Amino acid sequence: MFARGLKRKCADHEEDLGAALAGFKAVPSYSLQRQSLLDMSLVKLQLCHMLVEPNLCRSVLIANTVRQIQEEMTQDGTWRVAAPQSTGQAPLDRLVSTDILCRTAREQLGVRPAPGVGDGHVLSPASELSAVPPAQVPRNLQDSVWEMDSPRENRGSFQKSLDQIFETLETRSPGSTEELFSDMDSSYCDLDTVLTGMVSSAKPGPCDGLQGLAPAATSPLPSSCKSDLGELDHVVEILVET
Amino acid sequence: MEEDIDTRKINNSFLRDHSYATEADIISTVEFNHTGELLATGDKGGRVVIFQREQESKNQVHRRGEYNVYSTFQSHEPEFDYLKSLEIEEKINKIRWLPQQNAAYFLLSTNDKTVKLWKVSERDKRPEGYNLKDEEGRLRDPATITTLRVPVLRPMDLMVEATPRRVFANAHTYHINSISVNSDYETYMSADDLRINLWNFEITNQSFNIVDIKPANMEELTEVITAAEFHPHHCNTFVYSSSKGTIRLCDMRASALCDRHTKFFEEPEDPSNRSFFSEIISSISDVKFSHSGRYIMTRDYLTVKVWDLNMENRPIETYQVHDYLRSKLCSLYENDCIFDKFECVWNGSDSVIMTGSYNNFFRMFDRNTKRDVTLEASRENSKPRAILKPRKVCVGGKRRKDEISVDSLDFSKKILHTAWHPSENIIAVAATNNLYIFQDKVN
Repeated sequence: MFARGLKRKCADHEEDLGAALAGFKAVPSYSLQRQSLLDMSLVKLQLCHMLVEPNLCRSVLIANTVRQIQEEMTQDGTWRVAAPQSTGQAPLDRLVSTDILCRTAREQLGVRPAPGVGDGHVLSPASELSAVPPAQVPRNLQDSVWEMDSPRENRGSFQKSLDQIFETLETRSPGSTEELFSDMDSSYCDLDTVLTGMVSSAKPGPCDGLQGLAPAATSPLPSSCKSDLGELDHVVEILVET
Repeated sequence: MEEDIDTRKINNSFLRDHSYATEADIISTVEFNHTGELLATGDKGGRVVIFQREQESKNQVHRRGEYNVYSTFQSHEPEFDYLKSLEIEEKINKIRWLPQQNAAYFLLSTNDKTVKLWKVSERDKRPEGYNLKDEEGRLRDPATITTLRVPVLRPMDLMVEATPRRVFANAHTYHINSISVNSDYETYMSADDLRINLWNFEITNQSFNIVDIKPANMEELTEVITAAEFHPHHCNTFVYSSSKGTIRLCDMRASALCDRHTKFFEEPEDPSNRSFFSEIISSISDVKFSHSGRYIMTRDYLTVKVWDLNMENRPIETYQVHDYLRSKLCSLYENDCIFDKFECVWNGSDSVIMTGSYNNFFRMFDRNTKRDVTLEASRENSKPRAILKPRKVCVGGKRRKDEISVDSLDFSKKILHTAWHPSENIIAVAATNNLYIFQDKVN
């Protein structure tokens, strides 16, 4: 399960020190790791929001992780800088090392650029957050699925957004499905089982799953969130094709 | 004691044959009753299997106290909620025994939404010689009855019946994660992700909501209830744990809705260990009062902690269950193992604690000697009545012959549910679809 590209970096063992140093150079930078953790978390969130009744504890923990990453990225100003790098499909096996993400706060401070330095201008955290579409995606999804006690309020806009989703699907090139699966390495095979489970459970009301996706499709798409929405499209594609 | 544990695996292959194991056979909960005579398991297929300890026999010393199947019944069936358009799984999330008060046994079992009270009773006699019925049970024509006789009870083969006595439904919007019988033996509570309800055993159509952490706006939801339990002796006190790694102790005498806790147990975060996974790994998957009621044990992803009820700011003991996984958190997040809900148990005297890990390993910690041991529950590596060998996971450096490296651990074989006999050193360990029972070496 952990065979894929996972190198041990035991800096505390002298005999491994040389190998560890080499390992550190080979490992992508902290911000790249963080970005792929964010990507992965968003995919996980999207998937669990398509389930009619997701594991709430898991969803909440993932959503908190996303918030935490966004907060940190907003603070150190890498949100805008780092995002355009991932406009293409982010290879998921980029996320190889816990060591980097789990480095102590002090170490991270040394590596990380000072707040605001990255893009030259400092926005207040609130306005920055509200200006970032990916941040809204999970929230809208959460709202529609977790709020099980109250009637859903956005039924009216549903038909319109569904049309838009299918529009997106029609315009996609036929090769895009292969592209999707070439992106997923073996460790993501549990994605399949999740999706299979989702499709069968979504049958009585397929609208529930798609409804959650609607807000993402209707929002304007700056380049920074293209990768996330690309994944979203893929997910919808799987849903429809199976 | 760990080294001289003897394996006593139950041969229940007719129920859960290894080669025909399906998802439905996966054991989802294990629980001894208050005397330890019975052991109940629940599975993903909604079944409850009860094992009974055999009486000791003088001529077969080595068979002392083996557990054999006593009763099997379907507790929950898959259902469909037409209002919400969702399937309700039949998986048994928890089983709790009621203290025995007569010849029959009672237990509570729950799936995600519905709690049921089951009565398990024996019948080894049947009445014969009715006046108005013939031997097949058909009514006789009163005109043909010329003499009266006294019905008698005749012995018959032992039959164990399980009958549902109460069904407590429609009170939970989210998934029930815990049920706990109160020490007054008249009430119990059921906890889901956001609420805890208090029930009377006799009343199925209403329950009292005693905890509600659901925010008015679900966008603000950042914390869920992960487990809850009543104090073993004080019927007014209970605890519940959260996904943020905290434990709240509530006193039901303070107010009807226990929105405000009486005590709040939380360990300050170690800034040197902070990472994106800090919150996820600190989420508490199980909380258990000690038998004495003085301590609480909590399990999070990497550790077991023991808290003194009189000290809220940090646990008095912290045991590392599998600290070598700290360097694997990314992968464990990627494959969702990081969300596994490991449970933990006390031994009868509160001196040893046990909890599960991956690769069919489980861990025991002796609180007095501070010794710990890793044992394995597997068909391949242990024969019935063989002595369990301690296992060791190699952490960096060179791997010794009998050690297993972190990279070769099987993360699909996880021990989430275990149980400890209330007074003896007998443990039950559920490893996917197999149940293992180990006990102290027989002299």
